[in-house]
Amino acid sequence: MTVLNPPIVPRKIYGLIWVVLLLLLLLNWGLAQLNLGPFNLVATLAIAFIQMMLMLLYLMHVRYNTPLTWVFVAAGFIWLVVMINLSLSDYLTRGAVAGRFGKSWIHETSVPPPVYLPKP
Amino acid sequence: MNATLPQTETLEIPKPPKRLLTYFEDGGRTVGSWLLTTDHKRIGILYLYSIVAFFTIGAIAAAIMRLELITPAGDLVTSDTYNKLFTIHGTVMVWFFLIPSIPSVLGNFVVPLMLGARDLAFPRLNLLSWYLFNLGGLLALYAIAIGGVDTGWTFYTPYSSTFTNTHVVTMVAGVFMAGFSSILTGLNFIVTTHKMRAPGLTWFRLPLFLWSNYATSVILVMATPVLAMTLVLLSIERIWGVGVFDPQLGGDPVLFQHLFWFYSHPAVYIMILPGMGVVSELVTCFARKPIFGYHFVAFASMAIALIGFFVWGHHMFTSGASVYSGLVFSITSYLVAVPSAIKVFNWTMTLHRGRIFLNTPMLYALGFIGLFTVGGLTGLFLAALALDVHVTDTYFVVAHFHYIMVGGMVTGFLGGLHYWWPKITGRLYPESLGRLAALIIFIGFNLTFFPQYVMGYLGMVRRYHAYAPEFQIYHVMSSAGASILGVGYLLPLIYLIWSLKHGKKAPANPWNATGLEWQTPSPPPKHNFAQTPIVTRPPYQYSAETEEHMVYG
Ligand SMILES: [Cu+2]
Repeated sequence: MTVLNPPIVPRKIYGLIWVVLLLLLLLNWGLAQLNLGPFNLVATLAIAFIQMMLMLLYLMHVRYNTPLTWVFVAAGFIWLVVMINLSLSDYLTRGAVAGRFGKSWIHETSVPPPVYLPKP
Repeated sequence: MNATLPQTETLEIPKPPKRLLTYFEDGGRTVGSWLLTTDHKRIGILYLYSIVAFFTIGAIAAAIMRLELITPAGDLVTSDTYNKLFTIHGTVMVWFFLIPSIPSVLGNFVVPLMLGARDLAFPRLNLLSWYLFNLGGLLALYAIAIGGVDTGWTFYTPYSSTFTNTHVVTMVAGVFMAGFSSILTGLNFIVTTHKMRAPGLTWFRLPLFLWSNYATSVILVMATPVLAMTLVLLSIERIWGVGVFDPQLGGDPVLFQHLFWFYSHPAVYIMILPGMGVVSELVTCFARKPIFGYHFVAFASMAIALIGFFVWGHHMFTSGASVYSGLVFSITSYLVAVPSAIKVFNWTMTLHRGRIFLNTPMLYALGFIGLFTVGGLTGLFLAALALDVHVTDTYFVVAHFHYIMVGGMVTGFLGGLHYWWPKITGRLYPESLGRLAALIIFIGFNLTFFPQYVMGYLGMVRRYHAYAPEFQIYHVMSSAGASILGVGYLLPLIYLIWSLKHGKKAPANPWNATGLEWQTPSPPPKHNFAQTPIVTRPPYQYSAETEEHMVYG
């Protein structure tokens, strides 16, 4: 059974993953020295993602495990996405108020001043 | 040539001993044999002792509060003491009673039995859970003893992190530890359900209690770490002044509420799903009918566990979260009502044309259905964004969650405790006293909490020890109800202890129920089953014809 007796991962793989992780760290540091505008963020996140996947799949043995384990790992991720996404539904719209009928959500600074009736 | 029949007599079949030692006898009767046990049944009973102790502490705090609230003036305790009292009540009842109540006591006892297993997957981890739980509980009690905490059970920032000078960090450390006990227990149940089902016990043959227990375990494992992290962040800010929630240090106080309720709303389902599971067992057994819509009830548990993670913002409609997020969370909160309603409708349809026995467990189950429905429907009031603004932080909210937590979970716990009591102890409890207590609890509960809906709607704010005189009539009713409720809770405590010595000996299956837990003697032997049972049928194959085998009736 794969669960009780997972295949022994050769040390070479561990070493290789470790070197790759360090190289990615170096790359991350290097990219941070360049000004790529918004792509700095994209690059950093992409590198972090790759590092995380390497750790999960090889160091945490997820790759050598049963589909059931994959389901649980995926559930953990989806759950984290839910947490961040729904929290952002608050943070990205703080101070925004509902637009007038037919308009969508607008920031309060762009809300037109109320229209008062002319004084008699 | 004569054909000879195979000589079956020569095969030696080892006969089981005449009477297997029960789990009380096997392994020793010493205190040490209990404190170092890895038997899930004994650990379940250890948990029972613990939660009864914590329930008593939480109940005493509630009793003092109800006594204070009889008069409009704050004359019994100071406002500071009152703040500490509701913090004790909330913290102890939520983390040291409700969350472990059904999963850790009844779940621990019956899950392996229902699965046809010898024990949980990780018996020693199970014992560790109990120690962590008690260590956390002792820390919390220590925090109370050295002066208490006045933040309320929610520990809202910035008050808890910056302003109060009570023992927040100690209390939070206790909750943190109890959280790890939750995680380990949940993990244990998940692995056990996946790996240790008896032959033939497929997922869709599982009793519904196991489905809801599984859903609860998933929440325990997924949500509790967030609570742990949040409490650590709170402590870091409080001790070292690292800015996480304090706006002056660049933090956001509402972030605490996001993180806290990301755990605590799903935790509400930790506190109700197991009760639903128990009720599913009781309704089908005492209506002598298979459950109506098995798959729907099973999937409703999973749906509640899933959708329960999408709704936490409904606790923050008035605390500075954006209007847009309020809209989102209002809609998702309505969604979670769907699987809950599915369960209620399915229980009702199970009762329909059943042969209904009004035994004590069934009285609790029927009480659960009614009280949970009231609590759930008023939850929809609170999920409505506009209406919530009106009733936020009033007794309406207090009444709502007590209908779920007490009317739901405590009622479910007592129902389950009575139902499995013959299995757990090998003794029958006195049935007429049981019915009487169930009735007293139902009346006392409603008298305590229904007036709170009314006064909350009229504007009585929660967490105040002095109030406007026009609310006194409701408070007096509520306090009167609380004393009836107290009697109702004391009764089972007394007669259940009495039954340990004087109750009639219970047969293996006093309810003539179908679950595997009833296929072994009461109380069960140490390893649960003489032979591993083999399951060949779906659960709940009840019929009205089997009723004459009921012990009571
Ligand atoms: Cu909630």
